[in-house]
Amino acid sequence: MICLRLFLEFFKIGLFSVGGGLATIPFLQALGARTGWFSAADLADMIAVAESTPGAMGVNMSVYVGYACGGVPGSAASVLGLICPSVILVLLIAGVLKHFQENRVVNGVFFGLRPASAALVTSAGLSVAMAALFRQAGEAGGYAPCWPAILIAAAVFVCLRLPKLKNLHPVVYIGLAAVIGAVFQL
Amino acid sequence: MNLCFDLFFTFARIGVCTFGGGYAMLPILQREVVEKRGWCTDQELADYYAIGQCTPGVLAVNLSTFIGARQKGIPGGIAAVLGVVSPSLIIITLIAALLKNFAHIPAVIHAFNGIRAAVTALVASSVVKLAKAALVRPAAVVIYLTVLILAAWAGWSPVILVILAGLAGLICQAMEGGLRK
Repeated sequence: MICLRLFLEFFKIGLFSVGGGLATIPFLQALGARTGWFSAADLADMIAVAESTPGAMGVNMSVYVGYACGGVPGSAASVLGLICPSVILVLLIAGVLKHFQENRVVNGVFFGLRPASAALVTSAGLSVAMAALFRQAGEAGGYAPCWPAILIAAAVFVCLRLPKLKNLHPVVYIGLAAVIGAVFQL
Repeated sequence: MNLCFDLFFTFARIGVCTFGGGYAMLPILQREVVEKRGWCTDQELADYYAIGQCTPGVLAVNLSTFIGARQKGIPGGIAAVLGVVSPSLIIITLIAALLKNFAHIPAVIHAFNGIRAAVTALVASSVVKLAKAALVRPAAVVIYLTVLILAAWAGWSPVILVILAGLAGLICQAMEGGLRK
């Protein structure tokens, strides 16, 4: 039953996620929050694995979430759900490609979708940041900043903006951060 | 039938060589699909990218389906897309299974605490790029801020927000220049 559920959830994600690799993240974050299948910290780990391994980011994320929730059948169901809407839509518009691209209605819709997609990724990024940079402190359930983690995040962010280091693969930063985390017992 | 196998294995190889999103696929697609196989031209590939961005779903999936469908119709599209996802399916499942067994080791827990901090920076950096590309007009900034507030603080579902943002974009377009031209 979980496989059917995963298929339908990822069908929805495939249908509504617009934009590059991270566009699926807000949907996955909402899915985790709604079902309790995985936390924001789990999501950050999945992003790390999906960025460091071959394959398209969105596909990798769906395989990981599917596996975490339903094992091997779950990962297959998730991927099939994710690609179904694309395949159906693409095959439908394959004949009228040119017109589709120049259509003013399509352009109008996408003028609204691009900032929305950026906002959704921002929002999902905030919940990942909460899980990564803050620790639960005390019984009251308050959050305290974890300064070493904030330092790592700031350093990586600055490196990613530097022209010389910009083209370095993300796996380099993920690997370095793993070593620092293990050595300094973060 | 042979062409479908060819599509499947070519796109499986492309899947193995891709790190990141659909944009990272471009140089590999140019080499494998345009230069080696002649399945499409550079111009057609550029068109597929443009259209892939105007269709919902994961860009890499949309691109593979376009190219496969152009070669061999519906079976070709399906063969190509199954090819491009199959490396992910195998590699990620193996890693996820492996990590599950090591997740309780303290060194691994500490390493992942460091990794999460780096991931935060990677996502933040992508957000800056996305925002730069999307926030080109005041109306886009309004949509961005509205969606951000509704998603982050009011907890609205992304599906509802995507539908509303599409409608908002349509209304902006209609007010500015009309939809028929």
